[in-house]
Amino acid sequence: MTAELQFDVAHLLAGSLVLVSFMLLYQARMYALLNLFALHAVVLSLSVAWQAYIQGAPHLYVTALIALGFKGVLIPVSLHRIVQQLHIHRAIEAVVGVGPTMLIGMGLVALSIGVVIPVTVETDSLAREDLAFALAVILLGLLMMVSRHNAVSQVIGFMSLENGLVLAATGAKGMPLVIEISVAFSVLIAFIVIGIFLFRIRERFDTVDLRALDDFRGERRLFRMGEGLDTVELPAVDDSRGERG
Amino acid sequence: MSLGALLLAGVLVIPVGAAAVLALLSSYRLGSRLNILASLSTFGVAAALFRVRPEPGLFLIVDDVNVVFIVLSTFVGLTTSIFSAGYIGHELEVGRLTPVTLRFYHAMYQALMAAMNLALVANNVALMWVAVEVATLTTVLMVGIYRTHAALEAAWKYFILGSVGIAFALFGTIVIYMAAQSALGEGLDAMAWTVLVSESARFDPALLNLAFVFLLLGYGTKVGLAPLHAWLPDAHAEGPTPISAVLSGLLLNVALFALLRFKMVMAGNPDSLAPGPVMATMGLGSLLFAALMLYRRYDIKRLFAYSSIEHMGIIVFAFGMGGPLANFAGLMHMTMHSLTKSAIFFTVGHVAHAKGTQRIEDIRGLTQSHPALGWGLLLGTFAIAGMPPMGMFMSEFLLVSTTIARQPLLAIPLVLGLLLAFGALLTQAMGMAFGEGKRGTAVVPTMLYLPEFAHFGLVLVAGVYIPPPVVAWFQHVAELLG
Repeated sequence: MTAELQFDVAHLLAGSLVLVSFMLLYQARMYALLNLFALHAVVLSLSVAWQAYIQGAPHLYVTALIALGFKGVLIPVSLHRIVQQLHIHRAIEAVVGVGPTMLIGMGLVALSIGVVIPVTVETDSLAREDLAFALAVILLGLLMMVSRHNAVSQVIGFMSLENGLVLAATGAKGMPLVIEISVAFSVLIAFIVIGIFLFRIRERFDTVDLRALDDFRGERRLFRMGEGLDTVELPAVDDSRGERG
Repeated sequence: MSLGALLLAGVLVIPVGAAAVLALLSSYRLGSRLNILASLSTFGVAAALFRVRPEPGLFLIVDDVNVVFIVLSTFVGLTTSIFSAGYIGHELEVGRLTPVTLRFYHAMYQALMAAMNLALVANNVALMWVAVEVATLTTVLMVGIYRTHAALEAAWKYFILGSVGIAFALFGTIVIYMAAQSALGEGLDAMAWTVLVSESARFDPALLNLAFVFLLLGYGTKVGLAPLHAWLPDAHAEGPTPISAVLSGLLLNVALFALLRFKMVMAGNPDSLAPGPVMATMGLGSLLFAALMLYRRYDIKRLFAYSSIEHMGIIVFAFGMGGPLANFAGLMHMTMHSLTKSAIFFTVGHVAHAKGTQRIEDIRGLTQSHPALGWGLLLGTFAIAGMPPMGMFMSEFLLVSTTIARQPLLAIPLVLGLLLAFGALLTQAMGMAFGEGKRGTAVVPTMLYLPEFAHFGLVLVAGVYIPPPVVAWFQHVAELLG
């Protein structure tokens, strides 16, 4: 197979990942968001498998498999369940409108290409394109996390960000196995933590909307030992603004 | 297996084993004792590492630089576990924690210790990243342990911001590997920190710069540098007080240590961006920002959390200045801050129990109602604000004088920040220590004053007299840091 074809396919797959990231950005419905995340993970695993093939690095197939099984199937299915159980499948409110978000997203992609391509002149072209796309996926994931109120979509934003990291790690040739395992492992832990959080949040708030959490922030509440916060009244003066820092 | 390797393994295996046992142990009294015992033995093993070192490997290393941090970290871990034993007894009594959550708490405490030790001894930069991530996750769980609205929000915020930081750090680590891989070839060598430092002159400077920006943002979030600090005050205020002490005293240091390692890699390459000015700017920014924020605080733990941001700013500024003297000041300040801040949080924990509140305006007249606590708090505040003859005064004095000698203009914002923080902390502490007590003053039953006064004693001694071997050691490490 020619080097050009290898490059083109890798490029296509990494580019598709960025595209799916964009689709995640404007998705306003919860179930659609989960399906798209599954697609994101599938594209990632294809991309990783392709890297494994052209680099002749069999251990990357494992990474691809983990991405497919864990992030492509297991997590979306579990999140589906959570969403169902918590009755939060209504439309997701975004902080910023779709138009501005997409514009910012495009700016971020331009930024990552503009930052990575000039500094990686000496690296081989495959790795540098991959790195640029990976950075774009990371930044888009970040954008998704800040542009949504909802805890579930923040989690999805975070996991799409992790996908970008996996793409970057596999693009770096011969990176020791440690990194793949650690990335997969950390995603696993992260998910457990998130699961606990979601359930705890449900238990206490009857909502996973983070604005409900925001109401309790700052030092407005009177804090007494041994008392539940529910019974504590808020003082009339609102000087929490200065406290947020 | 040599003795050194055995000791190194001990620093990691003891806390991991203890975490497993503690997770199974249902009696909290036994649990808290075992927690102390495990911390004590980890400290003993760590102290022995001073004398006997294992051969540096590609994954783990004990060298002159990190051994200081390991010993400091395990020592504060030990005193905090002693404080924690008294603290949780009270929490259990008032029903804020249950025996089940305490089991979890103890296991997490040891897991955190193991993760921090691993981060300090890791020679592989990816391994170090994993360790810092694990440490972050364990503290996230512990910050949310009270499960109140505020605690959950703090933990969530910490988790999200910490994850973003840690994601950036991983991206930076990957780019570092790419930079090293083109010079050193594929494999573990290109991830070993010792190899990176010695060979960094051959790396592509542009890639190194890119990596450092991400590493600075990533680990900088964990250090709590402004404007990446938003998680820090909440996490400190809402979690259990022993965790606030460990967060401020140890975890911030570990993240900073990671940053220092990459600074050394950058310093080895003459064509790359000089990390010093960037770090000095961020440090000064954090110092000034936090110093101003100290004035309008209403929560005592939040107050000292901002003070941690301020001190991290000072330390990062010192390492940013670089050179033997500024590095010496930075190292000393790091040590003093760890000891003082954790001791302050011990005191604050007792104060909150005694007064039943964390609100500063409800804490009045401490020196009358609880003399030991009141004077302890004042002593701690004097120490943290940098009053002579405490250890912090020494390090701040050194830093200011070397800054005046080398960059007089930078000394102006530095001194301004120090003075602002000084004023804020003293005003707040005076208010709490003196005046008429407003609310009922519960007697604190079993107070373990030992840990905090041990720390204060060390800080005081360090301010007056440091034994020449310790000075020589610090000087040696300061030179290694470049």
